[in-house]
Amino acid sequence: MLELNKITIIGGHGKFGEKEPLEGLDLNMGDIASIVGPTGSGKTALINDIGMFADGNSPSGRRVLINDREPSKEFLEDPSKNPIALITQHTSFLSDLPVYKFLGLHARIRKTGKPESMVEETIDFANQLTGEPIIVDSAMTELSGGQSRALLIADAVIIGNTPIILLDEIENAGIDRSKALELLRKYDKIFIFVTHDLGISLLSNYRLVMKEGGMQAVIVTEEEEKRMAEKFKTMDEIMLHFRNRIRAGNRLEEQELRELLKRAQSVLMGESGK
Amino acid sequence: MKIIICAGPPTSGKTTVLKQAVKRLITRGYKLAYLKIDVQYADEDEMFREEFGIPARKVYSGELCPDHCSVLVLGDAVKWAQQAEADFLFVETAGRCLRCAPYIEGCLGIVVLEATSGMNLPRKIGAMLTLADVAVLTKIDLVSQAEREVFRVNITDVADVSVVEMDALHGINIDPIIGLIEKTPDAGEHLLLRGSPPVATCTICVGKKDIGWEKHFGIVRSLDSDLFYRGQ
Ligand SMILES: Nc1nc2c(ncn2[C@@H]2O[C@H](COP(=O)(O)OP(=O)(O)OP(=O)(O)O)[C@@H](O)[C@H]2O)c(=O)[nH]1
Ligand SMILES: Nc1ncnc2c1ncn2[C@@H]1O[C@H](COP(=O)(O)OP(=O)(O)OP(=O)(O)O)[C@@H](O)[C@H]1O
Ligand SMILES: [Mg+2]
Ligand SMILES: [Mg+2]
Ligand SMILES: [Zn+2]
Repeated sequence: MLELNKITIIGGHGKFGEKEPLEGLDLNMGDIASIVGPTGSGKTALINDIGMFADGNSPSGRRVLINDREPSKEFLEDPSKNPIALITQHTSFLSDLPVYKFLGLHARIRKTGKPESMVEETIDFANQLTGEPIIVDSAMTELSGGQSRALLIADAVIIGNTPIILLDEIENAGIDRSKALELLRKYDKIFIFVTHDLGISLLSNYRLVMKEGGMQAVIVTEEEEKRMAEKFKTMDEIMLHFRNRIRAGNRLEEQELRELLKRAQSVLMGESGK
Repeated sequence: MKIIICAGPPTSGKTTVLKQAVKRLITRGYKLAYLKIDVQYADEDEMFREEFGIPARKVYSGELCPDHCSVLVLGDAVKWAQQAEADFLFVETAGRCLRCAPYIEGCLGIVVLEATSGMNLPRKIGAMLTLADVAVLTKIDLVSQAEREVFRVNITDVADVSVVEMDALHGINIDPIIGLIEKTPDAGEHLLLRGSPPVATCTICVGKKDIGWEKHFGIVRSLDSDLFYRGQ
């Protein structure tokens, strides 16, 4: 696979034809970026532009360069040469193939390793993110929304093994998202997260703000925000704790919430991180 | 004049793909004509006339297989498009027969398949896929990247065609198709159907409903025999 250092987005225009405020953007190897913005602001359209290596012919008129050059035609003609894995917003499959067969075929096309071992690794990875494990003999169409999403993330990382991974709203499928982030961050890649999630956007090196189909600005995550991210994470863990209690069929007790908040108080109220 | 033949299962996106192509070719200054061949209903001719102001018409194949109908009417259609001084004649066919294919030697054959259809579709549609030059995979905006890549290999496993993935609604990735359309050579005087079409103009095709081969003429078969000719 190609040695990838950099991907460049050259701005086009927004939904109403006006020039994009941000003229362009470079993403370098190892960058974790978020794309944020209201519903309908063009976040999915932007990563689709990247995923299809737009060359002025998508509705936005944007162009994408790889290592400062025009992307090779091969990227789209041969999946094994495609440096991008794109996890779309869809959480359901249409394919009636059994899971192992589907993954086996995909591994054969992406040519990243021996299909059998790739499939096994992919399932293991996915099962770390799901509630109930994926049964490899079941049809793809039988997977739940969360299981589908977990499988797609695993497929992108293990079978795709591409230097660029684009993820469209992974938070919306009920998968374990801090576990997902923890697993993903072990890999040296360019990650682009489309997200409405506080934790994911603050964990990124910077966030790209979208409005009315256009790229508005890049905001680099500052130390203060990173400190706040720690606190949000603690708050999130408390919420997650209770969410899991509900999932497991328990009743909630206010006393427990008080205790957890008290225990978290030093993290939440202090100027931590210094 | 160049002839572009576009086939594909119902609602796979043939019209949507052709509209994107026509839109771009018109801005490049070409003159176009459009013909739709369908079994019993079509409104594309009005669409192309109204939206692009190009000469457009339709034929209903009715009792005939649409691909056989196309063989019969295309000679006249070529003359009609030439009289309109078209640079390109686009033919969209319903292709419901799945044993025949409407493609012509020396012309561009495009098959349009949707990424949302069953994974085995490429294995089921025979000549409509295997005799085409290029397969356009539409509705990629509705499936995951992994699924469309697996669909792609299901196409290339059965047919020696190039595959172009498209979001036809937004015209994304139409460029490779435009390239192929522009590169198509001018059609010769003598047009020949690609491949050898199977027998279809039999007494069943023309409406004789009796069950049992003894009731029919032409090329027939029994349960145990191969095909044989039964004269009247
Ligand atoms: N989301 C999405 N929808 C598409 C795409 N291509 C076509 N469609 C939709 O699919 C439906 C059928 O498209 P048509 O272009 O009419 O299909 P067709 O093959 O010409 O259909 P017939 O001529 O009736 O057999 C329409 O509602 C299109 O808007 C695509 O790439 N993405
Ligand atoms: N630059 C653009 N030019 C033209 N159309 C655009 C542009 N950006 C977005 N659109 C169109 O706007 C619509 C909404 O965009 P999109 O689906 O990308 O929003 P989103 O931010 O992903 O929303 P959500 O948060 O709901 O997923 C789409 O139909 C898309 O094609
Ligand atoms: Mg979106
Ligand atoms: Mg049509
Ligand atoms: Zn036929």
